[in-house]
Amino acid sequence: MSDYAVTIGLEVHAQLLTNTKMFCGCKASYGAAHNSLTCPVCMGLPGALPMPNRRAIEMAVKVGLATGSTITRATKFDRKNYFYPDLPKGYQISQFDKPICAGGSMEIRGLFGVKRVGITRIHLEEDAGKSQHGDDDGTLIDLNRCGVPLIEIVSEPDMSSPEEAYAYLMEIRRLVRWLEVCDGNLEEGSLRCDANISVAPEGERGVPVEIKNLNSFHGVEKAIRYEIERQSEVVRNGGKISRMTLLWDSDKGETRVMRTKEAAHDYRYFPEPDLVELSISDQMMAEAHEASPEYPWVRRERYVGIGVKPDDADVLTAEKEFGEYFEEVFAGCNNEAPRAVRWVIGEALRWRKELGGGERFVVSAYATAEVAGLEASGKISGLAAKTVYEEMARTGRSDPAMIVKEKGLEQVSDTGALEAVITKIIEDNPKEVERYRGGDMKLKGFFVGQVMKAMGGKADPKATGEILGRLLG
Amino acid sequence: MKHEETKGRRISLEEVNRIAELARLSPSEDEREQLAAKMSSVIDFVEQLNELDTTSIEPLHHVLDLHSVLRDDVVRPSLPVSEVMKNAPQKKGDYFIVPRVIKGAET
Amino acid sequence: MSERAQIDNFTELGLVERREALAVGKFDLVKEVRRLSAKIEAKSVLNAFLETTDELAVECTSKLAHSEEAFPLRGVVLAVKDNIALKDHQLTCASKILDGYKSLFTSTALQRLSDAGVVIIGKTNLDEFAMGSSTEHSAFGPSLNPFDNSRVPGGSSGGSAAAVAAGLATASLGSETGGSVRQPAAFCGLVGIKPTYGRISRYGLVAFGSSLDQIGVMARTTYECAKVFETMAGHDPLDNTSSPVPVPDCAGNLDRPLKGLRVGLPREYREGTIQPEVANSVERAAKVLKEMGATITECSLPHTKYAIPVYYILAPAEASSNLARYDGVRYGLRRGTPPPTPPASGGEVAPPLPPIEDIIRASRQAGFGAEVKRRIMLGTYVLSSGYYDAYYLKAQKVRRLIRQDFLNVFDDFDLLLTPTTPTTAFKFGEKTADPIAMYLSDIFTAPANLAGVPAISVPFGFDDKGLPIGIQLMAADFREDLLFQVAHQLEGVAQ
Repeated sequence: MSDYAVTIGLEVHAQLLTNTKMFCGCKASYGAAHNSLTCPVCMGLPGALPMPNRRAIEMAVKVGLATGSTITRATKFDRKNYFYPDLPKGYQISQFDKPICAGGSMEIRGLFGVKRVGITRIHLEEDAGKSQHGDDDGTLIDLNRCGVPLIEIVSEPDMSSPEEAYAYLMEIRRLVRWLEVCDGNLEEGSLRCDANISVAPEGERGVPVEIKNLNSFHGVEKAIRYEIERQSEVVRNGGKISRMTLLWDSDKGETRVMRTKEAAHDYRYFPEPDLVELSISDQMMAEAHEASPEYPWVRRERYVGIGVKPDDADVLTAEKEFGEYFEEVFAGCNNEAPRAVRWVIGEALRWRKELGGGERFVVSAYATAEVAGLEASGKISGLAAKTVYEEMARTGRSDPAMIVKEKGLEQVSDTGALEAVITKIIEDNPKEVERYRGGDMKLKGFFVGQVMKAMGGKADPKATGEILGRLLG
Repeated sequence: MKHEETKGRRISLEEVNRIAELARLSPSEDEREQLAAKMSSVIDFVEQLNELDTTSIEPLHHVLDLHSVLRDDVVRPSLPVSEVMKNAPQKKGDYFIVPRVIKGAET
Repeated sequence: MSERAQIDNFTELGLVERREALAVGKFDLVKEVRRLSAKIEAKSVLNAFLETTDELAVECTSKLAHSEEAFPLRGVVLAVKDNIALKDHQLTCASKILDGYKSLFTSTALQRLSDAGVVIIGKTNLDEFAMGSSTEHSAFGPSLNPFDNSRVPGGSSGGSAAAVAAGLATASLGSETGGSVRQPAAFCGLVGIKPTYGRISRYGLVAFGSSLDQIGVMARTTYECAKVFETMAGHDPLDNTSSPVPVPDCAGNLDRPLKGLRVGLPREYREGTIQPEVANSVERAAKVLKEMGATITECSLPHTKYAIPVYYILAPAEASSNLARYDGVRYGLRRGTPPPTPPASGGEVAPPLPPIEDIIRASRQAGFGAEVKRRIMLGTYVLSSGYYDAYYLKAQKVRRLIRQDFLNVFDDFDLLLTPTTPTTAFKFGEKTADPIAMYLSDIFTAPANLAGVPAISVPFGFDDKGLPIGIQLMAADFREDLLFQVAHQLEGVAQ
């Protein structure tokens, strides 16, 4: 889309799902009454001191391991000094030169193929409060969010298209949800993304421009596309790109300048004197390894290995719980991958979206497996099975066998009964029999149709076909 | 002290302005002059540290031989809102209020 | 004019006798506390106190009177430096920027004392945010030295020292960053201890130089100082830098013989301009210790002279960050806003407001005094881009050398003996012109803060003007018990 070299890097902040804040015991929760979840520490009152949350550190290590990062065993916290009304201490406790994780990567795939994006670093820091613009020219400050633990994931500038950036962001989202460290909600702010984009003629170094306020996944893609075009235009016309920070205006579909100061922020980082150094112990490392789940890309390969098509495997590994669900159904189907996939993707996930708000399965894996099993054994036809499933989805019932009985959906596989019916059909349709026996194989479908009609759709197709074949010759 | 006299001084008026901005202080012109002079003499005074060769010395961030002091992820009661707002110079309901800020305009 | 001669009987008694007297009813604690409050009022010229906590004091005493519990520190009447948090009370730090602020919590150290039966009689004056050596930098005027009202009581914990020296309290809490307990203790004839860094919780101590700060104790006797110290000391889960090393019995072994004690006299603490009587006091103390069976040998702490430059990089740097929270947004002084016009309907109406940046700058400019602003500027400078390596990082490296000096020396010595200050109390205005002159008065005290080792100042004689002289003892990490022992036995020697 651009004749020039495009370089994109993303900085993602993820709010961690700990019970308490990063440096104090206040509940880290959302939607509480304003300023009701704060204490001397997160308020930055004179005399208060921070105390780090062990669980936040464990979560950061988990993300580090999953991204193949090196865990910085001797790590520490630093102060990042700047003034802002929702930053009570006048500094943020963060990590500067010894981030807890470094040198990892994530594999992304899309229409562009498969690519590995480097992750420069992952570090821990505390969130600031929330500023809300009041209607009478004042800003209202709520400190509930102040102090909530964040990890900042900084990618290498390895991406070169909006599609790649989108794919990377989705991968990060999947991973943090998979590890249960963050709920990955960009719209609500538990995940935040800033992009750095530079466009330069081939062989030259680009000047990165930062874009903030990217609060939807598609917004990220759009904003990056817009910015690439804008920068390309500037370069094409012989202009120079200057370092600046832009805000993405999603309504207008354009970026606008937030600040043009050439000078970088002088945060005066120095080691946090109120916090002693942090050694990630062998025990913590071992526990983190132990607690590591099967990663999504590993599971995807495993599924492909058991006969799931790659595209389907992608769907089944979009969320960790999908795989757990799938495997239960798979086992219930006698390890028949195509059937299990059909039932999970075609039915279970579909109803999850339609009736479960896209957040929960409305039919249990166990019940799904049961229906799949009934279908597999020929007790009911595929169509009947779907009918049963819909009944369960809409009513919350989980007794498919009962539903089959109630609705009289049992398939007839009894060869004696089938033979009798088929024999009659052959008698009633002598012309078609003659044409079939004369070589018109297509007519078999006609006969199957007749059988189904006679049996109200309950004939077992396999048995029917076999008997027809035998009797028709 | 005239401006010409401050040239060649270790901390110039420009530096004083830069630092005052970072520190969110707004000294008067007289104060800036005095700050330039006093800061310069202190910085001159501390230059003697360069008599020491510290290339192979690790900085000492903490005197204690302590590390990895952590807290369990257990909720503790927060302050009642009435206490939190007690010292607020200005408030609106249960919010602290300050004049309008441009979003993200920290420098 | 000296308030020294007018110390009343109650505060003049040692802690043990005071407790015995209270137990047998010779004194009524409520009455005594009320008398002390009146005395504080009568001696307000000293400006030792910024707030007297009458109600609290009376509340404490009635709690003690009506409870069956044995309160180990019943009998201690405590003055507290106004940078140590006490819930629902002011915490001015002697600054206008904390005008009107009431603390929402009590510092751990003070809570432990309160639980042990201490009566808190008031919050004392200090140099603003503990930055100074004389209380001349308080926003509320200096405190006066009770021995000579034309002289400083020392700083930054000058109010705490004056209070005890004038018999307005029996013990006081101060804070140390570069000598702010030991120096005023020396100037006012008191015992004053700086604990090992990490010994006493800093939770509730308003931060100045976080890697240096410690709460310290002053009292007229070593015993009372030791009792207060050991009650406060010990690990606090709210302070990440507090040490889990157990606190030994500090007051129970004070008379243990000192035979075989290896005392070192660092040569670097005998150089420079030292008032002759001060030097003599140190010599006399050395002789006394020798007579008690100690060995006295010269030793060396080679990097001593670099302590002040290191201190004046690190402390202001940390302070510049610690004081960034004072911005007029959530508490304290706010400037730059017009006063609210009374609302017509009775509801809250926000008047037209100037930009937030103006409020932050105006509040800080109006709220901080000159010395504080100087140090914030200096601290910001040494941390700023391009200067960090040359100053802050360099100072941290030299700090390691300074600490190493102490670690080396304590291989061969148990105790170091030095003057606390080069001179006795100086006159008001004597050192305010040149900040470096003021800084150099910390030359013997600052090294211990940088190294983290414990140090105590013990009154040992007077100069020809009748001004108290303090000598300093330093020991290895966590050996406050040894400091108290030696201090106690030196105290017993006629001055």
